[in-house]
Order: sequence, then C-alpha cells, then structure tokens
Amino acid sequence: MKFKHAVVAGWIGLMAVAAQAAPTMMSLQVQSSPLRATPSPLGRVVATIQYGDRVEVVARQTGWMQVKSPAGQVGWVNESALTRNRIVLKAGADDVSRTASGEELALAGKGFNSQVEADFKAKNQNIDFTWIDRMEAIVVSDPEVVVFLKEGGLN
Amino acid sequence: MKPVYRWMLGLAALTGLAFVSGCASIAKVGAAVGEATGTLTPQQAESLVKSAEAVEKTFKDITPEQEYYIGRSVGATIISTYKVYDNDEATRYLNVLGQSVARFSDMPNTFRGYRYLILDTDEINAFAAPGGFIFISRGMIRLCTTEDDLAAVIAHEVGHVQLRHAVKAIKSSRLTSALTTLAVEGTKSLGGEQLAQLTTAFEGSITDITATMMNSGYARGQEREADRAAITILQRMGYRQGALVDVLGRMGKALQTDQRGFGSTHPPADSRIKELLPIIDDTKTPVPTAARKKRFDRLLQGI
Repeated sequence: MKFKHAVVAGWIGLMAVAAQAAPTMMSLQVQSSPLRATPSPLGRVVATIQYGDRVEVVARQTGWMQVKSPAGQVGWVNESALTRNRIVLKAGADDVSRTASGEELALAGKGFNSQVEADFKAKNQNIDFTWIDRMEAIVVSDPEVVVFLKEGGLN
Repeated sequence: MKPVYRWMLGLAALTGLAFVSGCASIAKVGAAVGEATGTLTPQQAESLVKSAEAVEKTFKDITPEQEYYIGRSVGATIISTYKVYDNDEATRYLNVLGQSVARFSDMPNTFRGYRYLILDTDEINAFAAPGGFIFISRGMIRLCTTEDDLAAVIAHEVGHVQLRHAVKAIKSSRLTSALTTLAVEGTKSLGGEQLAQLTTAFEGSITDITATMMNSGYARGQEREADRAAITILQRMGYRQGALVDVLGRMGKALQTDQRGFGSTHPPADSRIKELLPIIDDTKTPVPTAARKKRFDRLLQGI
C-alpha cells in the first residue's frame, strides 16, 4: 500500500510541476479574432490575431481568456474561438480570406474543405451557392453595432 | 510489480508526456507508453489506439473550419428549396441586428462569422446552418410585432449554432468514414479516391442536417437548450426576455392551422413557454426607444 501511495503522490506532484512549468498554449480556430482590452463583446480592440496563431493564456474569466499573441500583444478573446489543438496551416493566413470557392486549397485544414466543396458542387449542380457567397460579403463592424445598440436603448 | 502499479506508472508517464507533447494524439502516446513500460502487449496497444481513435471519430472532430464548409452547403441546399427575399435594406437590417445578437452569445466568433438571409415564403420558419448561416422566413418576421420579438427568434437560432445542434445531427457512421480518410491524408492535397470518400461523407452530412432541420426537427431537449441560450443573450443585450414567450405563443396559435415548417419540426409551444416562465426576469430591461420601434416598423413595411 505504501508503494501505491508513493506512486499516487509522485503522479500528483508531476502534474503540479508540469502545470506550473508549462504555460497554457491555445490556437485560434476561427479565421481571425480581435484581442479586446476588456472581456466583453464590444471591448476596445487592441490587436487582431489570425487562424492558427498560438497564444499564451495569461488569465481567465467566465467565457473569456486573456492571451498573449505571438507578437506579444495582450488582450481578451472569447474562449469558444480557441482550441488546445495546434493548427497547421499549409499556407499563410492570408489565404484563408480567399473565397471558399476559389481554386486554391488555402489550408492544411483537413477533412471538409474547399476541395471537397468543389467536388460536392460538381456533383450537385442544382444547388446554387451564389447567395451564400453574397451572404458572406455582408460585414457589420463593431462601431455599427455600437450605434445600433445605442439608438435602440440597449446595453 | 502488481498489474495495478504498472498501470499507474504507465498513467503517470502518460500524464507527463501529455503535458510535454500538448497537442499530440493522447491515444497514441498512451499506447506507446503502455507498450514501452511493458504493461500492454503490442496487440493490446494496437487495439487501444484503434478504440480510442473510434471514440475520437465523433462530431467533436469537426473543426469550426469544417463546420463552415458544411454550413455553406447546408445553406445552399436551403436556398435551393426556398426563394430568397432579395431586399438589400431588409437584409442589411437583419444582419446588423443578427450580428449584434451573435456578439452577445457564448460563441460570438464562428469560423467566418454569422450571416443572415430572409426567405421569401409565408411559411413560419427559421434555420440555423452550422458556422452561423441563418435563414428567417418572411412568415416568421411577420409574426414579430417588435424588434425584441425578432431578436428573440434570432437569439434562439444563434443558440442552435453555439450548441452545435446541426453538427450533432450528422450520423456518426459518416464521420467515421471521413476520418478514416483523414488518417491517410495528412497535409497533402487529396488524391482522387480519398476526395471521393470525403465528398460522399460530406454529402451524407448535408443530407442528415437538412433532413433534420427541414423534416424531423431537433430533439425537444435541444429546442429547450436553444430557448435558454436565447434568454441569456436577450438579458445581456437588454431586449425583453418575455418576447421569446410572446413569439412562441403566437407561433403556437398560427401553427394550429398551418402544419408546414416550424409546426412540423418544433415541439408544442405551450410546454416550451412553461419552462421559460420561471427563468424570465424583465424587471431590469430598459425601455425601448422610439428609434428601435421606427427601424423595425420600416422592416415590416416591406415584409
């Protein structure tokens, strides 16, 4: 039994040391995200990070993580945009902004990707993506949201 | 050494390795460690890798990027069934409102963000495709009497997106075949046969999701989860939480005579309202401004 306890204690110790020594690293799993000065949906934007960027977690608050970007900038990101997995990009992050229907296979992103979509389109020519592409062009900025909320008397 | 200690040693070593390796496949590391410490035979290690990989082959492996591609095709399939209401001003308003709502959800960023379109049909309906492609019918908008009502409908759909309900509608067998393909794909461009396999899994996934959204509907529990997520969003924004109850009530009445769309795919409104009433608190909700009413009335004029 003593040996068993020693093994358990050793294991717990190892976990504690590892937790202290290694900073928690996360990757951005969406195309891009602002780093905000405060953990809030419309907090001031201090920088922008890109798909696959590895960031170091500095602090946490319900639903949000304060992270340090590869360039050393610190700001808050919603935790749903981060993953513990490392994301390997085949090409630069700039390629992500190309249209999904483009010829370029922009990402190492495995599985369902632009190549699969192109194959799907070829087999289902009755399914029209025109409106989906038009939808994606509709961008609403933070300042627009702020004005909309303010005019509507919202929080 | 007793087997239990050998397992614990293996587990301790695995814990250490997991911290070091971070993103490496834990299943493979675990099996390698077990094998190296003599706790597993090579056959057992192989079996562990296979079974752990099988567990990994679930919807959880669908990354936001893949969800985005699924969402595009699901959206395109919906638009191929319904006509789009082509009105720039109405679409813009819906997107400003909808993208504001999404920012206050627990998942403000999908891979490329939330987008909204109006479907040109009297049918009372709304769809949320993976990745944040959301479609609201003219019939549904007409059922709303205030911006708060429409915000409640949108917040419910955003709830489905953040809870990944559409992705969960994909049959796991499809993902298993897709992920087997992935295992050999690596970071290379896809070969013909692998692409064909993946496209088959992709097509099947689109079918599963659209069939669920348009025919069978989500599970009642999922609708209730989306309702609760909607209340949280409305509360954060300052919209009236009771608006969701109002819309559900009106929907219940309208659908007594019309069983198309929402009526056929959603649980009865009464039971949903009953569950919402105890969690609604509008005592701190700000009073709507005249501008809020005006911009919503402007939308309704064309609808």
